[in-house]
Amino acid sequence: MSFFSRIGQAAKGALLLDFIGAFGMGLRYMAAPKKTIMYPFEKGPLSPRFRGEHALRRYASGEERCIACKLCEAICPAQAITIEAEPRADGSRRTTRYDIDMTKCIYCGLCQEACPVDAIVEGPNFEFAVETREELFYDKDRLLANGDRWEREIAKNLELDAAYR
Amino acid sequence: MDFWTTPVGWTLLTLGQILLVTVVLLLSVAFQIYGDRKIFAGVQMRKGPNVVGPFGLLQSFADLGKFLVKELIIPAGADRAVFLLAPLISVVLALGSWAVMPFAPGWVVANINVGVLYLFAFSSMGVYGIIMGGWASNSKYAFLGSLRSAAQMVSYEVSIGLIVITAILLSGSMSLQQIVVSQGGGFWNWNMFGGGLKNLPLMVVMIPMTVIFFISGLAETNRPPFDLPEAESELVAGYAVEYGSTPYLLFYLSEMSNILLMSMLLAVLFLGGWQAPFPTPFTASWPPTLVSLFAFFWLFIKTVAVFFANAMVRSVVPRYRYDQLMRLGWKIFLPTSLVAVAAVAGWRVFTSV
Repeated sequence: MSFFSRIGQAAKGALLLDFIGAFGMGLRYMAAPKKTIMYPFEKGPLSPRFRGEHALRRYASGEERCIACKLCEAICPAQAITIEAEPRADGSRRTTRYDIDMTKCIYCGLCQEACPVDAIVEGPNFEFAVETREELFYDKDRLLANGDRWEREIAKNLELDAAYR
Repeated sequence: MDFWTTPVGWTLLTLGQILLVTVVLLLSVAFQIYGDRKIFAGVQMRKGPNVVGPFGLLQSFADLGKFLVKELIIPAGADRAVFLLAPLISVVLALGSWAVMPFAPGWVVANINVGVLYLFAFSSMGVYGIIMGGWASNSKYAFLGSLRSAAQMVSYEVSIGLIVITAILLSGSMSLQQIVVSQGGGFWNWNMFGGGLKNLPLMVVMIPMTVIFFISGLAETNRPPFDLPEAESELVAGYAVEYGSTPYLLFYLSEMSNILLMSMLLAVLFLGGWQAPFPTPFTASWPPTLVSLFAFFWLFIKTVAVFFANAMVRSVVPRYRYDQLMRLGWKIFLPTSLVAVAAVAGWRVFTSV
């Protein structure tokens, strides 16, 4: 560093020029619109690809989509999915057990990508905190109930994202 | 009026004054913390506390309630007596400093003629509370934090002392009330501008001294950008890391009240205290209470302005490294203020009379 630039640096420090600039900038930011979202009452926008709580979907007829191919179980990197399957009374192949351990799940979305019939999906819901660990071991009934509850949002998101799949 | 001059009456009167100052001070600290958080949030484009009460004004009282009902935990291996004594010492010293602060003409709990020395004694002893707290916690982080804090406070105490000497030289008194009285009659009589028109050339020295006092005050109260004792990325919470519940509240209270004290001390020493920034002959016919309230209003405005600058510094300036902090204190502020003392003393010797 040359002699004169050091002098200049010292003068700049002594006159608090940086601080005065930052002070003005702080005042400008104080007058700017606030970015705070009042969370429980306001929520931020979610992408159609948002990967939240899992759900098992049904067809419009009410028949469950899952055909027990176990691709999701195979691809799950956290091994959070457990499936058992048997032929149903009418001969179609269905699951008798479909559990997701939500404490293991890493919300990578590979299960919904692997699914050939769009049965297992990750919906837009992210507010499923519970008080005990056991409540996070989801079974088939819970996942189907989630599907019934969020079907409209899930269908809309799938439609919006269809062009990119 | 007789009763108030008897020993019993005098004791009651003084106790009443102490109570009044303490209650008003605690309320001010509550709203000071609120204002601090609001300014900090505003610079970051956040809303800050806005849930408890209108505009979040009652946030500090909610925090107070939370602190009071929390469990008091004393770490295993801690020295129980010292551990509990440390926050008490801190808060007693922080509140005791306010005894000599002149709020308005005649509005001062103890109008002693060495008020400045009293303040120095109290702010120097504040280190004990922190050192004791850090040592008694039996924790490395707390001890490191308290050592840093002590080193920092002692370093900046020196330059603050020299700066205050310039103000004492200009006003010719160590009584804070007298220092304020000597700055009356308009803002050109403030010590920041040399204290009077005939001393106006001293402005060149005194304006930098005011700024240095402000910065040293930040370091003295462990305020960002000099909050190394509680730098959360290195030391978690510094000397207060093992504290919780009411003892932590006391530490926090003493810290915030010291910040307020430093803001008000800057206003008193350099910005004319409770003097209005213009001549006020029209107050001669006012009742004394109104005059005092008018004076207190100006002190309030000045203190809030200084505190606003303080809070803005906290929001916009990044934290200093420890060696930079020491370099600033010993190699820049100390020589500068020493030269300033010599200059002001020389000016007083060769121009007055």
